Amino acid sequence: MYGFELGDDNMSRQSKEKIYFWLFLAPALLAFIIVVIIPFFMGIYYSMTDWTAIAGEEATFIGIENYKSMFTDTAFHYSFIRTFSFTIISVLSINFIALSLAILVTREIKFKNFFRAGFFIPNLIGGLVLGYIWQFIFKSVAPEIGEIIGFQWLQDALLLTESDTALVAVVMAFTWQYAGYIMMIYVAALLNVPQELIEASQIDGANFFQRLRNITIPMIAQAFTISSFLTLVTSFKQYDIIIALTNGGPTSEFAGEIVNSTEFLAVYIYNVAFKYNRMAEGQARAVVFFLILLVVSIVQVYYNQKKEVEM
Amino acid sequence: MFNKKRVINILLTILTLFLFIYTIFPFFVVIINSAKPSFVINTDPLALPEQWGKLIENIKIIWTKPTIRYAQSVYSSVIITISSLTTIAIFSAMAAWMLVRTKTKTSKVVFFLFLSGMVIPFQVVMFPLVAEFRMINEAIGLRMLRTYHGMIIAYIGFGSPLAVFMFHGFIKSIPLELEEAATIDGCTKPQIFFKIIVPILKPIVVTVLIMNALWVWNDFLLPALILGVGQDIQTIPLAISAFAGSFVKKWDLIMTAVLMAALPIIIGFLFGQKHIIKGMVAGSIK
Repeated sequence: MYGFELGDDNMSRQSKEKIYFWLFLAPALLAFIIVVIIPFFMGIYYSMTDWTAIAGEEATFIGIENYKSMFTDTAFHYSFIRTFSFTIISVLSINFIALSLAILVTREIKFKNFFRAGFFIPNLIGGLVLGYIWQFIFKSVAPEIGEIIGFQWLQDALLLTESDTALVAVVMAFTWQYAGYIMMIYVAALLNVPQELIEASQIDGANFFQRLRNITIPMIAQAFTISSFLTLVTSFKQYDIIIALTNGGPTSEFAGEIVNSTEFLAVYIYNVAFKYNRMAEGQARAVVFFLILLVVSIVQVYYNQKKEVEM
Repeated sequence: MFNKKRVINILLTILTLFLFIYTIFPFFVVIINSAKPSFVINTDPLALPEQWGKLIENIKIIWTKPTIRYAQSVYSSVIITISSLTTIAIFSAMAAWMLVRTKTKTSKVVFFLFLSGMVIPFQVVMFPLVAEFRMINEAIGLRMLRTYHGMIIAYIGFGSPLAVFMFHGFIKSIPLELEEAATIDGCTKPQIFFKIIVPILKPIVVTVLIMNALWVWNDFLLPALILGVGQDIQTIPLAISAFAGSFVKKWDLIMTAVLMAALPIIIGFLFGQKHIIKGMVAGSIK
């Protein structure tokens, strides 16, 4: 039965397989190379030039100048700090709410499937659209609610006009969008906790919080890792919500310079390049942005592998 | 019977209900304010509308207003989403199948290349991508910016790494015997793929489609760079940003536009809830 694979036939079959291999790969691979791989290397090169992106202007190599300017760029330092604060607050807020929701909707309450779907729905709305919804809520609805419940601060407060409340506003809008999604990851994990363990602990007389601490949380540790990294990366890259909600504003003062208080890194990179016309510098900041995310990914892979070994 | 457990459960249900109302509240705000004339919306954003007929009127305005071109943007969004999803699914499945079934060094390198695409953030490639598309136009006269094909190629490029990865994992678990039997029967590779493999892939195809559907439909930055805000071809998010980002905020119409953008997705979700939640969560736990 192997006869036909020998001799000349064998050769033609092998080359035929090679052709098929490349034919099947070509569409996806070519698009991927054109859209991601080539621009990636172009980007690294451009970040070391005086690139302007203007047609006809050649980019000249200038070494690491664009990276050096990073250390004296106050707006970048500020954006960096703000992005980290935003990321940390978001990770905590989203995971806390998501886990609470997951615990609620996996208990024996009525309409739990209905609630689950309801909490998930905001996640279907695109960041841009939901940014506009929340802009309206913070600008018009919040003062109105303050008036109704007689809460003067909320009535007067224009949440989007002060730097710190604006950051909290972005966290709120983002939590609203993302908590229901992360909740689903926790729900899947909670449903996998063996029922016998819960029952055994009940017989032993453990209360809700003891059970949560000693059984549930250790059993869902992996979901915890996944969710934390996922929210970390998504917060760090946040762009759409900010554009629609605050557009980077309001302005604030940092180290004697006027800065934009919600201009987080993804927004900052875009603005440096297009608003302030410093393309090459924007590209250099983007490479740094990539390196930070790369470190996060490596830590994540390392962390997951370690976990697997332990289990 | 009013035992302790029951009281706790009632209290928890009430707590859940409060959280649920908080989650739904923004949608409520959008709906009631889509049905108000512009002068009421600023003074009374929480009042119920006096006439729900205003909602239909506002929808008509958004749909027909030449400065928003909403109808056209719906058309473009549908074309871009459907073409991108189909091509991402077919091309990625083809590539993944070949990568699983070919045990050579080249195959491993290509798979690794795709994987590396998952850690490259959009921000680091976006400026050079626009420059590259412009160069392609100058070099061979093929326009990539502001065209459907440019947009779709971009989506295939960005969507394929995760799709290839997911198909790869699924195909690994398909036994080889079927394909071997078909080879002996004289089937060619394309026949094997389209007649035997594709039908088996159905569940993972659904996951891949759902994962990408919301991304492509709601995406803003990539189409903003490739198509440009306010240019000939506009997706729904671009049309909304062009309209809502203008100087005078007509909140009644913005809310109507927002409602029109959100409603189709929510209705779609209610029909395919289980698949959608599964598909979206699967994508994250790669």
